[in-house]
Amino acid sequence: MTNDLVQAVSILAAALSVGFGALGPALAEGRAVAAAMEAIARQPEAAGTLSRTLFVGLAMIETTAIYALVVALLVLFANPFV
Amino acid sequence: MENPLITQPLFYVGPVPITSAVLVTWGIMACLTGFSVWMSGRLRTTPDGLQSAVELLVDTIDGQIRDTMNRDPEPYRALIGTIFVFVLISNWSSLIPGIEPPTAHLETDAALALIVFVATVIYGVQAQGVKDYLAGFADPSWVMIPLNIVEQITRTFSLIVRLFGNVMSGVFVIGIVLSLAGLFLPIPLMALDLLTGAVQAYIFAVLATVFIGSAVEGGHATAKPATKEPTQ
Repeated sequence: MTNDLVQAVSILAAALSVGFGALGPALAEGRAVAAAMEAIARQPEAAGTLSRTLFVGLAMIETTAIYALVVALLVLFANPFV
Repeated sequence: MENPLITQPLFYVGPVPITSAVLVTWGIMACLTGFSVWMSGRLRTTPDGLQSAVELLVDTIDGQIRDTMNRDPEPYRALIGTIFVFVLISNWSSLIPGIEPPTAHLETDAALALIVFVATVIYGVQAQGVKDYLAGFADPSWVMIPLNIVEQITRTFSLIVRLFGNVMSGVFVIGIVLSLAGLFLPIPLMALDLLTGAVQAYIFAVLATVFIGSAVEGGHATAKPATKEPTQ
């Protein structure tokens, strides 16, 4: 009975962690892309450098969401309490 | 659903279990070594197309190292270049049907990050000497010693989790979509995986360069424009 409860709560926790964990990076990536767009519009000749830096920055931001995903997977597949 | 955190051994060599990730890693290593040896044997002063492509790759890696570290890239080219090419080919190896990229398993990423960690210490000690390198931990003041030690560990850990999470999530999503929908739907996701794989390989190599660069420069980097070190 308790095991069932732990499993149900784990699934809920995994869904919540991915959901809320994706919120922040999504907002941040939106801001980053918007800033890069503005910079490219002002200085089209710097588009190459800007987009390269943007990609690296986006991957860095995305890592936060990936951490949430890893936590969700840990909760689902490597839960110490189940 | 398959557990992405556990790997099943394919067969045993004596007491040592061999997983598919190890096999693919060996395959990639054999291909890379074979190609490098074969390529070094046929270097000419008037390069053909293939040699030009390889020279372009080496030149690009050199340029990146020089931009990041403000140093001669020669001592670091072999390590950084090998890490980049290996991670890139590992990430892209999922395109071959039946092969799972070894970087989608935690063990491969942990090994790679450990190599970077050890290389950081070795290059730092080589460039500054043991005493100066250790003194670098107490850089602004001795209060920072625990924080600096924790930083060494956490940045290695985040290197592991970043690569693992990105590649594994790609493989995982394709698996889910393939089980839900038909044959052709995962193709755009695979194209996205190509991009993610390339970007992650680039980031892994750049971060390794930044870590080694900060260890080599130590506390004497006041005159140079400090390369901002990402903390996560």
